[in-house]
Amino acid sequence: MIKQKIVLRFPPHIVEQPTIYHLIKDFELMVNILRADINPKKEGRLMMELSGSELNYQRAIEWLTEQGLQILNLEQQIIWRSDRCTHCGACTVICPTNALVFDRPEMTVRFEEEKCIVCELCLRACPARAMETLVENAGLSNGK
Amino acid sequence: MEVNRSIEEINEKIRNGQVVVLTAEEVIGAVKENGLAETAAAVDVVTTGTFGPMCSSGVFLNVGHPQPRIKLNEAYLNGVPAYAGIAAVDLYLGAAAIPPTDPANRNYPGEFIYGGGHVIEDLVAGKEVRLDATAYGTDCYPLKKIETSFRLAEINEATLYNPRNAYQNYNVAVNMGPKTIYTYMGILKPGPGNANYSSAGQLSPLFNDPLLKTIGIGTRIFLGGGIGYVAWHGTQHNPAVERTGSGIPKGPAGTLALIGDLKQMQPHWLRGLSYLGYGVTMQVGLGVPIPILNEEIMGYCAVSDDEIFAPVVDYHHSYPNREAGNLGLVSYGELKSGSIILEGKKVPTASLSSYAGAREIAASLKEWIEAGQFTLSEPAAPLPSVEAGIGLNVMPRRNPDEREE
Ligand code: SF4
Ligand code: SF4
Repeated sequence: MIKQKIVLRFPPHIVEQPTIYHLIKDFELMVNILRADINPKKEGRLMMELSGSELNYQRAIEWLTEQGLQILNLEQQIIWRSDRCTHCGACTVICPTNALVFDRPEMTVRFEEEKCIVCELCLRACPARAMETLVENAGLSNGK
Repeated sequence: MEVNRSIEEINEKIRNGQVVVLTAEEVIGAVKENGLAETAAAVDVVTTGTFGPMCSSGVFLNVGHPQPRIKLNEAYLNGVPAYAGIAAVDLYLGAAAIPPTDPANRNYPGEFIYGGGHVIEDLVAGKEVRLDATAYGTDCYPLKKIETSFRLAEINEATLYNPRNAYQNYNVAVNMGPKTIYTYMGILKPGPGNANYSSAGQLSPLFNDPLLKTIGIGTRIFLGGGIGYVAWHGTQHNPAVERTGSGIPKGPAGTLALIGDLKQMQPHWLRGLSYLGYGVTMQVGLGVPIPILNEEIMGYCAVSDDEIFAPVVDYHHSYPNREAGNLGLVSYGELKSGSIILEGKKVPTASLSSYAGAREIAASLKEWIEAGQFTLSEPAAPLPSVEAGIGLNVMPRRNPDEREE
């Protein structure tokens, strides 16, 4: 058994295809959709938790890649650069899930990765640019 | 016994390794426990600190003459314009400057990825910075164009000169409008969805000497991780505001102009910042030592967050239109608890100034003094305080073509 949170990025031409149906039917995966949106450029983004057998999971990932989707492991996606963080706290009122929490009385900020839904709001809200996404660096299984 | 200490006596104790220093946070508990008189008798110095965004900051650079010489007319450091309207190879780079190529708020809300504050951070970090400059050429300064790079250590002087730092109190910003706004007080969600403040409160320098009885021109301070000095009162210095019984202003009041040698500062305490939809600025770390000359001064230093109040101001309408009035006062104790009650509604709070950073600065300054590396200076002249009668002017709006001779 494997349980993995991932983000799928769909290019515009795939947005309308029944990808999830295939994941369930062809690969016998349990799909728990956490968040979905389509941006103005018609690119889709789907955040979900997949569970099923290790083999089926690997096959599904290969299939998704062949379909031209970008796959990110959620845990890796948002990084909090503690070396750049000044512990101001500005991000804590922006983060919708309290993944960025302010500890009192220490008055320092902590990133609880498991609560992060990769909405990316913090990336531009952090004045010190201490929040980063791995998209620019690596982490995409589909190049770019 | 009445406490009556001079700065010279304190410095003697620093040199002998006998000085007693507490941070402005530690001293609150000490006074509560042992009383004012006893604490004043025991403690020689209280250290303060603050680490917040301070737009009115910048650096004077003398980049040295190339061969042949040049009189810089237009100059860019890593693409960010520096003011060249002073002597030939002198420049002033402001923390809030942005490159002419930055789309700014044409891409609303603009990201402001890189600007003056970031160049200063890069310089202090020892990075090589690109210089692109042009000149009109003179008989004495023939060169008309230069493209080169340098590191901080390779130029002559780099003097941090911040016209306005260390704001004594500040607004708490909220958004009473219908949609999210992007301000120098951060992202403000409608609702109001959040209330942002920017002061270290009880640790902040000017809350510990609210009437400027010890801080003056020439006061030696912690600045950007190095040593700096109070140069003057800051721009928009406005001491004559309403105050509490213990002298604490109930809104933005005093400010300091600070100066120091950039070459001995640290990038950790001078950080370029990007405020979404607003612009670039710099987070400046500074700390001021307060000499406990007598019980009265100790009384000021014992101030706690619950006794310091800031006005809640609407940044959707009131602030931009310069309309008077606020939505009430809240204490820093409330602000730091994580939420305030505004018009019966609970609003989450966030700070733009780092309290953890302020703590670290006050602790470093304390260490420096205890280790005998930092002595206190006698101010050369006092700063204008409440009785100086200065206030804030409003810019006149009139037809400039009809101006009087
Ligand atoms: S806004 Fe950025 S610098 Fe401030 S606490 Fe959050 S991550 Fe750290
Ligand atoms: S990406 Fe969204 S959920 Fe994750 S930390 Fe940033 S603001 Fe919070």
